Amino acid sequence: MTWLRLAFANLGLSPLTSAVNVLLMTLGTASIVLLLLAGSQVSDTMSRDARGVDLVLGAKGSPVQLVLAAVYHADVPPGNIPLAAAERWAGDPRIARAVPLSLGDSYRGFRIVGTSAEIKEIYGAELVSGRAWAQTMEAVVGSAVAEAADLEVGTQFAGAHGLGDGGHIHDYRPYRVVGVLEPTGSVVDRLILTSLDSVWDLHSGDHSHDHEEHDDSHGDDAHDHEDRGHSDGENAHGHEGHDHSKVDEAHDHQDLDHSQDSDVHGHEEHDHSHGDEDRAHSHDEADKQRAHERSRSEITAMLLTYRSPMAAATLPRQVNADSDLQAAAPAVEVSRVLQLIGIGLDGLEAFAWVLIVTAGLSVFAALYGSLHSRRRDLATLRCLGATRSELLISLLLEGLLLSVIGVALGFAAGHVAMEILGGWLESARGVALTGWVWLPVETVLLLGLFAVGVIAAAIPAVQAYRTDPARTLSEN
Amino acid sequence: MSAAVEVTDLRFGYGDRPVVDVSRCELEQGASLAVIGPSGCGKTTFLHLLAGLLEPGSGSIRLMGQDLSELSGAALDRFRGRHIGLVFQQFHLMRALNVRANLQLAAKLARCKLESDELDGLCRRLGLDGLEHHKPSMLSQGQAQRVAIARALVHRPPIIMADEPTSSLDDNNAKQVIGLLKETAAAADAALLVVTHDQRVRGLLDTELELKAPA
Repeated sequence: MTWLRLAFANLGLSPLTSAVNVLLMTLGTASIVLLLLAGSQVSDTMSRDARGVDLVLGAKGSPVQLVLAAVYHADVPPGNIPLAAAERWAGDPRIARAVPLSLGDSYRGFRIVGTSAEIKEIYGAELVSGRAWAQTMEAVVGSAVAEAADLEVGTQFAGAHGLGDGGHIHDYRPYRVVGVLEPTGSVVDRLILTSLDSVWDLHSGDHSHDHEEHDDSHGDDAHDHEDRGHSDGENAHGHEGHDHSKVDEAHDHQDLDHSQDSDVHGHEEHDHSHGDEDRAHSHDEADKQRAHERSRSEITAMLLTYRSPMAAATLPRQVNADSDLQAAAPAVEVSRVLQLIGIGLDGLEAFAWVLIVTAGLSVFAALYGSLHSRRRDLATLRCLGATRSELLISLLLEGLLLSVIGVALGFAAGHVAMEILGGWLESARGVALTGWVWLPVETVLLLGLFAVGVIAAAIPAVQAYRTDPARTLSEN
Repeated sequence: MSAAVEVTDLRFGYGDRPVVDVSRCELEQGASLAVIGPSGCGKTTFLHLLAGLLEPGSGSIRLMGQDLSELSGAALDRFRGRHIGLVFQQFHLMRALNVRANLQLAAKLARCKLESDELDGLCRRLGLDGLEHHKPSMLSQGQAQRVAIARALVHRPPIIMADEPTSSLDDNNAKQVIGLLKETAAAADAALLVVTHDQRVRGLLDTELELKAPA
């Protein structure tokens, strides 16, 4: 027989009250743990994904949206920008690295990103198998993509318009996986990387049906389409509705003009070049045409890395003032987003603490209320040889037990809930959160919550300490 | 060898109101004493004084040669737990614990190591076989009383004190309980002190001390 067993047994005298106390403590603890885990991991993930990107160039609009789209691949971009304009800033001596991005298509929910090989440097991503892309329609996939979509070197897949389900599938011109990246824990794990040319080529070859605004003149193509309209204005990442018919079909296009200057909200990755097609023209002419088209092509965004932190003081302001581009600093926008999220999290956390305080008060009320009915038990214990201190400890143990059980269940529930929520978020939003981590702050929280039970039991324990056995036993 | 209980010029009162006034009381090891008197004469207070639950106004109480005034706080609590087995009129068994756990708790508070077969033997002797895992609420009055007696004996104390053990019993059961207390105390060579207003106890114990309400 131990004091712990006696405390357990005493709690069993009022099972419903004890259960309610434990439940309150469990709910409060689980809420706080869930918020801590989510907040910490979201913050870490956002910081990790933005590491190596000092500035994002994109279309004018919301800087948060631009950063979310170009760095976290979690939103639609505000529009497209001319590649040439972006390259002007990329060549600035204050810039150490510039990585263009062209977005628009996806495969099974994973974004296909037309970019340059330097993007791997940003995320420190190494190939775990295969090689980097060397030709158009070759792709390197992130580890999460490879696993979820069952892709490996040699596998072919067709991208789909847009970033959600239901987009038109380019099954006439599939990508071929030539490399798989090792896991990095960053956003690149969930990306499909390919060359800008792949994206441009794919979207330049077959805008044959419903494009209205773009006049893609391919004067030297053996196609007979005239004055194709590319209605890409409906969103910045979509090209939904485009019909990318095979580029090597024997169409007789004429007078296709790839000017896209009127469509900053639409084409992100249109090159409309047909470089790898079997054309009737000489390679020199095709190369010239490609260079010409590319110089006028658009990209979604460009990720810049400063040569020196000093650039942060001048470059963003200069870009925003002297060009039609928008410069957004991920660090600034992340902190703004986290601040916004933080306001919500603070509210939820305050509610969770209210639950904890309620649980503490409930423990106090339960123990204090039970003192009256248990005063003869306490007096009897003194008669049997228990010291005042032992009675004090006995009551504190009861409070501690309630909080330990509630807190243990709360931590378990919080972590399991985080794991379940993380699994859902990963499949639905591509945000990788897990419940199987232990944050250092949780240890502090654990001890603090144990203390809540002890503090709640303190007053009843002192009352027990002061029990006068002779007087209590003399009462009728 | 000193007496198990030795009281000299013991006085106790609340304010100016005297409650207990005993000039001399002695109880040898293995002997039994009935403290008799009408309600309100201070019998229970006398028992509480002997158990060290109250501090005397004057006089001395020595249990097993130990002057209680020399002990205080936790030391007095431990002395009480080790040397005295108390049987209460209303038993005061721990409601949350079963019979076996009640007995184990008493042994623990007395800082006494209790072997399992020893506990089984005590239960057998007191007719508690098969009741070890019953909660007090599941016991009859007689069973609960036997558990209370077992609890007072479980740590083999040299002194057993019982407060009104027969007050709610009929003649037959009252005689049985006093007999059981005497028998178990004698088997343990313990001094037995029974506080009662029950005149039926007269003559059942070795000696008597009659208390009168102080003037």
